[in-house]
Amino acid sequence: MFRFGIIVCAAFLLYPFFLPDDFYGRMAAEVLLAAIGASAWNILGGYAGQISVGHAVFFGIGAYAPLLIFTKFGLPPVVGVPVGILVSTAVTVVIGLPTFRLTGHYFSMATIAVAELIRLVISNWDYVGAATGLMGPAVARTWLDLSFRSPIPYYYIFLAVLACLLLLTWHLQRSRMGYYWRAIRAGERPARSLGVPVVRYKLYALLLSAGFTSVAGSLYSLMVGFIDPESGFGILKSVELIIIAALGGAGSLFGPLVGAMILVPLQTMTNSLYGGGGSGFTYIIYGGIIVLLARYEPGGLLDLWHRMMSRRAHRADVAAAKPHAS
Amino acid sequence: MTIIQVIASGLLLGAVYALFSSGLTLIWGMMNFINFAHGEFVLIGMYIAFLVVTYLNGGPLLFVGTAAVLLFGFGIVIYYGLIRHVMRGPILAQILSTFGLALLLRYLAFFIFKADFKTLPDTIFPGTVNIGGIFLGMPQLVAGGVALVITLGIHLLLKRTTIGSQLLAVSEDRQAAMLMGIRPDRMQAIAWGLSAASAGVAGALIATFYYISPTVGESLALTAFVVVAFGGFGSVPGALVAGLLIGVIQSLSAYLLGPIYKDIVVYAMFVALLWIRPTGLFGKAA
Repeated sequence: MFRFGIIVCAAFLLYPFFLPDDFYGRMAAEVLLAAIGASAWNILGGYAGQISVGHAVFFGIGAYAPLLIFTKFGLPPVVGVPVGILVSTAVTVVIGLPTFRLTGHYFSMATIAVAELIRLVISNWDYVGAATGLMGPAVARTWLDLSFRSPIPYYYIFLAVLACLLLLTWHLQRSRMGYYWRAIRAGERPARSLGVPVVRYKLYALLLSAGFTSVAGSLYSLMVGFIDPESGFGILKSVELIIIAALGGAGSLFGPLVGAMILVPLQTMTNSLYGGGGSGFTYIIYGGIIVLLARYEPGGLLDLWHRMMSRRAHRADVAAAKPHAS
Repeated sequence: MTIIQVIASGLLLGAVYALFSSGLTLIWGMMNFINFAHGEFVLIGMYIAFLVVTYLNGGPLLFVGTAAVLLFGFGIVIYYGLIRHVMRGPILAQILSTFGLALLLRYLAFFIFKADFKTLPDTIFPGTVNIGGIFLGMPQLVAGGVALVITLGIHLLLKRTTIGSQLLAVSEDRQAAMLMGIRPDRMQAIAWGLSAASAGVAGALIATFYYISPTVGESLALTAFVVVAFGGFGSVPGALVAGLLIGVIQSLSAYLLGPIYKDIVVYAMFVALLWIRPTGLFGKAA
């Protein structure tokens, strides 16, 4: 297992050196970015079991902050990253606390409503560019603008952020916090009756989740250099985070990364086949995958993989035991 | 005078809201399950009306009837094919199942009919009616009236007929209902059929005066959530009152504050309501 981990890490670190062209580099960077967003959602939605369909709010705040800092104050966009985290945290405390009184379907429905409300406000607010959105620096003024022509620098920045996020998640899920989250996911009332401070630990999950989703948004707008209400705050952004996490396996550490490694290339492929978002073909596939997943494998692909592995191990055990039995 | 005009149009729109929301509330009340694809069911109703009018040159009775029958069947298929298998599973699977369905249907419509707005010819219900100085479009009047009648019909079906009692029995206590010789699966399938059919009829009615585009289901679904939340989850009379209320609030805020505010005001009220009283304005305590 340890050796396997080292090989995977080396593969991720060395991948850019074996690229035929920038196309695959950009796609790899997009995979990592999607994995960051989905892993961030996974903290709240996967581990703590609160299915938010409004995470686009945090993604959007994170994406708008750098470009807003740049257009209004002329500062390097990267300054907006902590600003985005701060605003997301504030929004979390103001909106998250009352919303947490709701559970299950009610919570999901409320998150959709909040996200749509904020999207409507942003698309009608002239200061943040209303429906047209915001642009980043056209040409990098200094390296601080983090505007590179090659996707490779982005790849390594995203890889570093993802590594931090996964390390943190790994550490937390083994700690008391992780146990509390799983208890809350299994049932809020039993958890509370066993003395778990439910609201406080849900809020911790939301804060972490919102902060990192905001970072994902910031990284997105740093790379793309442009943001509008639909790509920042649209409901499809929330859906994308969920489906990537759920496909790999919600509530597992590497689930979102696995989901991203499958869905992002798939999306790139259907977009090049059917010409961008124009035909909506990508979302037909998304919808189909989600339905099949919910119907047949709600635990995600990693869950399926583990079950297959343990069945194989079991068969091997049985085969090994046979000569003695006879 | 204008304000009365605005309120009257709001009431008519609200009656249609009440109709498709009663389908949503029926499922929620019976199964504790939110159908996130409900807006897309309405959308299918709209496209059925469009297809029947364009290719079969059919009248209102034909396209409303077709929408009702096809969506009733569709609801049953969805129940047996999907919902039955996820409804006792993890909550993520429950939410994902209808969410994925919504995405699938919405973008299938996008793929087939493209993004452009379609409308039905305004000769289906021509003219306007003048009631004491208030002008009401004939399509809105018919849609509102029919929606009102059907919503009341659903309410009576639930309260006064054997099928209604059986549906309620299953939602009260599945096992006890089984002991009484009721098949829960069949009743729940009927509920899904009824719910989808009411959405389809509402869609066909709305199509006579509203534009048809693949994304319209999304905002309609949110409206239905708001109506259901206000009316109390599971209450058809509640959905009726709340539907009318929301229709009026939307019209008033569009008239007094500007068109962009009609959704902002309603969503903000929805969020506030969920925070203050999660069981809905008329709902019973959980």
